[in-house]
Amino acid sequence: MTTLAIRPTHPDPTALRVFGANVRAEWTKLRSVRSTIWTLLATIGLAIGFGALIAASQMSSWENLDAVERLRFDPTSFSLSGLFLAQLAVGVLGTVLVTSEYATGQIRATFGATPQRLTLLAAKGITFTGVVLAIGLIASFSSFWIGQSIFASNGLAASITDPGVLRAVSGGALYLTGIGLLGLGIGTILRRAAGGIASLVALLFIVPIVTGFLPSSFQDAIGRYLPAQAGMAIFNVMPAPHSLSPWVGFGVLLAYSLVSLAIGGLLLVRRDA
Amino acid sequence: MIELTDVTKRYGPTVAVDHLSFEVRSGEVTGFLGPNGAGKSTTMRMIVGLDAPTSGQVTVGGLRYRELRFPLRHVGALLEARAVHPGRSALDHLRWLADSNGIGRRRVDEVLDLVGLADVAHRRSGGFSLGMGQRLGIAAALLGDPATLLLDEPVNGLDPEGIQWIRELLRSLADEGRTVLVSSHLMSEMALTADRLIVIGRGKLIAEGTIEDVVRRASSSHVRVEAAEPDRLRLLLVDRGADVSPGPDGVLVVTGVDTRDVGVIAGTARITLFELSSHTASLEKAFMELTRDASEYTAGGAAA
Repeated sequence: MTTLAIRPTHPDPTALRVFGANVRAEWTKLRSVRSTIWTLLATIGLAIGFGALIAASQMSSWENLDAVERLRFDPTSFSLSGLFLAQLAVGVLGTVLVTSEYATGQIRATFGATPQRLTLLAAKGITFTGVVLAIGLIASFSSFWIGQSIFASNGLAASITDPGVLRAVSGGALYLTGIGLLGLGIGTILRRAAGGIASLVALLFIVPIVTGFLPSSFQDAIGRYLPAQAGMAIFNVMPAPHSLSPWVGFGVLLAYSLVSLAIGGLLLVRRDA
Repeated sequence: MIELTDVTKRYGPTVAVDHLSFEVRSGEVTGFLGPNGAGKSTTMRMIVGLDAPTSGQVTVGGLRYRELRFPLRHVGALLEARAVHPGRSALDHLRWLADSNGIGRRRVDEVLDLVGLADVAHRRSGGFSLGMGQRLGIAAALLGDPATLLLDEPVNGLDPEGIQWIRELLRSLADEGRTVLVSSHLMSEMALTADRLIVIGRGKLIAEGTIEDVVRRASSSHVRVEAAEPDRLRLLLVDRGADVSPGPDGVLVVTGVDTRDVGVIAGTARITLFELSSHTASLEKAFMELTRDASEYTAGGAAA
């Protein structure tokens, strides 16, 4: 028999090295498909565009607001309004990151390369978190500054050095990350884009509308604990009614994300590819 | 080496693989044969850990696939269905695979050259022909320079030149001492590529061995004998464990012994023979014979 051309022994890599290699692989995957790049750019565009639009329209109707409304006006959280739409792009991207692997069959190559499926999901999650945090910071800080320049005409602008403002604006990036991870978890559970996106949209946009019809006592019991409503508490500089405190709210959103990822991970290990 | 020990796989009420045990040795091309729906792909999916067996054990080099860290360095697989995101270029597909298993980027260029895709490496794989897709799949399988290779129907969609290329590639990989398992539903293809065969039908092992072994085991390989005293010869042959059935014109159709055995038996008993001939089934015929009862889908209509 001829000698093997292959290297005879490989030192067995550590679990950490496997994880690191998979983070790198997921990064390569993420940036080598055009639609991913476009979706990330869309996230920034939606945040800034709609944030500016809503800020401008609020200023144009400022004269018509009553005293209470004026008193409650939170220039920081208001400037981040565009994130309400941008979250859809990020959430869908998180969902599709997994479901597209199933749809194209690439999941077989992925599991073949990394049969340690929890390591794989963790690597996907960490990579996506890094990317969304970066995109989220750009989106929220840009939205904040553009918003404040619009509010400045009425002398309402907040400053980044004001108490709670830096937390709220950085919170915008954290919020998007939480929503993105929720999408990733839902995608991992459902494996299909249609069902995953529909569930995400329902959870973020439709359930809040439905609970909005309930009496306000229900609002406090249910409404403020929904993922988006809870997470958006982190935008608030001024205390808002029917809202959790900033970090508690974000913690609730993060809990949704982590629970969905945990269920997804459990199913990932148990199911055949 | 690939080893299956009493492996069963059920999907709900369907039994795809039924108490299957076999071994695939290194240094040989092993053909994995069976009609469509026999359980070949399911078996291969279990070998690479995509599906978990309902019971039994599957190991590669003594380890279960899910225990392998950086498995692409040990096992390369081309599965039947495509496993590539169409929006990604061939180069990027191989790059992320390499990254995931700590394989250097230089190796990506090497395998692209090896399979002849270097010129189209930057094109999106969605626009690839079936043959190019197969080549990309083979590049991915070879990426980690693995000691074990699994290829599910690798010649599908390849042109004659590509088929020739695959045959030579498989041969050279086995000659380097690697374990090579190739599935096919075409016996003729296996006759040209494989050293050994594993034949399955309805998830069960039907035959295993060298091509000659498998052909001999098929009942259509037989010895024809025309003798002066057919009844006496028949009893003698049956005593020796042969299976004898009467053919037309008093001819005996004998399986389980060869012409030499029949000659010796007849000579010892002083029975005159008029004809003694060996009939070997073609590989294709042997395969049909072996899997006839095991085909999940057979053409309708009464047997002729």
